[in-house]
Amino acid sequence: MMFDKKTRATLLDPLIDENPIGRQVLGICSALAVTTMLSTSMVMALAVTGVLIASNVSISLIRNWIPSSIRIIVQLTIISSMVIVTDQLLKAYSYTVSKQLSVFVGLIITNCILMGRAEAFAMQNGPKASFFDAVGNGGGYSIVLLLVAAIRELLGSGRFFGMKVLPLVTDGGWYQPNGLMVLSPAAFFLIGGLIWALRTWKPAQREHEATVHIESPAHDVPAANADDAARKRAA
Amino acid sequence: MLQHYLSLFVKSVFVENMALSFFLGMCSLLAVSKKVSNAVGLGIAVTFVLGITVPLNNVLLHTVLRDGALAWLHPALATVDLSFLVFLSFIGTIAALTQIVEMAVERFAPALYGALGVFLPLIAVNCAILGGSLFMDQRDYNLAESTVYGVGSGIGWLLAIVALAAVREKLRYSNPPVALRGLGLTFMVTGLLAICFMAFAGIQL
Repeated sequence: MMFDKKTRATLLDPLIDENPIGRQVLGICSALAVTTMLSTSMVMALAVTGVLIASNVSISLIRNWIPSSIRIIVQLTIISSMVIVTDQLLKAYSYTVSKQLSVFVGLIITNCILMGRAEAFAMQNGPKASFFDAVGNGGGYSIVLLLVAAIRELLGSGRFFGMKVLPLVTDGGWYQPNGLMVLSPAAFFLIGGLIWALRTWKPAQREHEATVHIESPAHDVPAANADDAARKRAA
Repeated sequence: MLQHYLSLFVKSVFVENMALSFFLGMCSLLAVSKKVSNAVGLGIAVTFVLGITVPLNNVLLHTVLRDGALAWLHPALATVDLSFLVFLSFIGTIAALTQIVEMAVERFAPALYGALGVFLPLIAVNCAILGGSLFMDQRDYNLAESTVYGVGSGIGWLLAIVALAAVREKLRYSNPPVALRGLGLTFMVTGLLAICFMAFAGIQL
C-alpha cells in the first residue's frame, strides 16, 4: 500500500465508519433536496467534493495566520469564493443542471460538511492530511447521495441515470411508479432507513442515551403517573 | 395590496415551509430539537435574523450587486455587473449581522442573551438564512415583500423545529429497535412531519 496507516484511516474512515451524513450529521439539507435524480446528485456530489478539497487545503495552508476570533468569517469567505468558482463553471458548462440545482449550488456555502471539516480538521492539520480528509468526507457524502438518488429515481420513475429500466404502466409496461419516492419526504425515510441499516451492521455507531428505557411495563403504573415515573428514571 | 402581503406571508409560513418543504436548516433542526425550550430559543433567533437579513440583502442587491445597479453612483458604472459576488456578499452580511446581533443582545438584553447565546453563532451557518436571501434574489422580491418573506419563513422554521422537538420529547418513552434510536428515528419523524405539511401544498392564495 502506498499510504501509511494514518493517511489510510483519514481517507477511508469517513466512507462508512465516520460517514458525514450517517454519523456526523453534516450536510443533510442538500442530501435531501437534490436526490430525485441521479444526474443532478452526481453533479452535486462532485461540486461538494471539489469545493471541500479546495477549501480544506487552503484553510489548512493559512491556519496558523487565522486569528481565532474571526476564523468563522475567514472560513466562510474562502468557502464562498470556491463556491462562486464552482457556480460560474456550472453555469458555463452545464447550464441545465445549474438551473435544476437552483439555489442549492449557493447553499453549498452553508453545507455543514465544509464548515465542520474546516473547524474539526483543517484548522489542526497540515494541507496533505486535510486533502485526504476532504477526499474521504466528500466520498462518504457522495456515496449516501448517490445511493438515495438511485433508489428514488429507480422506484419513483423507473429510470436509472435517465435510462428506462422498469417499463411504466403509462407506457404499456408493468411497473406502477411509487409516487412517494418522487416527493421530498421520501428522502427522509430513505436516509433514516440507511442509518438504521448501517447501525445494525456496525453496532458501535448506535446511540444509547437517546431513549429512556422503561423496564417495568407501563400498565402497572397508573396512567397519569407513567410519564412522571419515566421522567424520574431518566433523571 | 394588503391581501398580497398576507398571502405571501401565509405562503412562506406554511406552503413553502423552509424546513419541511425545502429542507433548509436541517443540521440545526436535527441537532437542537431534543428539548422544546431550546428549539423555541433557536427558532426565535432564526426568525429575528431572517427578518433582518433578507431585506438588508435586498437593499444590497438593488443598490450594488444587480446588473447596472451601480448607475446611481456614477453613469459610467451603469455597465458593471457584480452579480457573481452575490454569494460572498450575502454570507458576509449574514455573518456580520449575527455578530452584531449577538453583541447587541448581550449588551441590552442579558436575559435574552442567556437564553439565545449559544445559538446565535450557529445561525451564521444555518442554510435557512442564506436560502432565504437566495430565494429572495431568485424570485425578485421588492423590499416590502422580502421583509414579509423573511419574517414569514422564519416563523415557518420556528413552527417546524418546535413541532419536531415536541414529538422527540415524547419519543423518548417509546421503545424502537436499538439501531433506529436517535438519528434514524428523528429522520423518519421529520419525514412524517414533511408529509403533514404537504397538505398545505394545494392551497392557492
